[in-house]
Amino acid sequence: MTVIGHIKLPAVLENLMAITACVTTAAAAAGFSARRIGDMELVLEESVTNVFKYASPGNPGEIDITCTLGEGEFTIEIRDPGREFDITKLPDPDLGQHISERPIGGLGAYIIKRISDDVSYRRLPGLNILTLVFKREFKKQ
Amino acid sequence: MNISTKKEASALLVTVAGRMDAVTAPEFEKSILDFIAQGERNFLINLSGLEYISSAGLRSILASAKRLKEQNGKLVFSGLQGHVKEVFSISGFHGIFKIYDSDAEGLKGF
Repeated sequence: MTVIGHIKLPAVLENLMAITACVTTAAAAAGFSARRIGDMELVLEESVTNVFKYASPGNPGEIDITCTLGEGEFTIEIRDPGREFDITKLPDPDLGQHISERPIGGLGAYIIKRISDDVSYRRLPGLNILTLVFKREFKKQ
Repeated sequence: MNISTKKEASALLVTVAGRMDAVTAPEFEKSILDFIAQGERNFLINLSGLEYISSAGLRSILASAKRLKEQNGKLVFSGLQGHVKEVFSISGFHGIFKIYDSDAEGLKGF
């Protein structure tokens, strides 16, 4: 596993573009396809906007993102000092509900789980760590 | 994100191009809500120029559709492709919205 990208910035929405650029540049340099890079971009947005949402208002802390390249797979690890939030434990939304019944929100975590090849979460004291794995080949939906 | 509109006989045709992400999605919702406030009830949203959508974009679409439903209005789509089509499909939006291949077909559906 080689680290091929790293960025650490205040956990605020204004930094979304810089974070995305760091990860997509690393994935492109590692030769991932435009389609897989598009998947990463989407999953990354869903993950980091959750972090921004659950960060302490007024004191967001820093989000720390590391990209590593292993055998045929690209891993994005996101660390943040926000309150404990484990997306892997959230129930999947009911996709059969009609417009009126369907709750607004709840799709972000589902998209992360559907598009990544592997999602894992661990909690260290004062730190959320979300690990997202993308294989080179496109995941069949 | 770029939003342009054209008034057709049966609906307002809204063409959205670029990216609908956490930063830009609120703009989309605001413009639809403004049109609803001005009395528009039927919307055909053409997404053929939309390159990227995230759950923030889906949320703004759903919020707009809920508001329209309360007013007995309707929101349908045309021109979905690539990434946008996949995200709609993963999220079950194919089941809750009418999606047409062309604007002409969409406009006939109102």
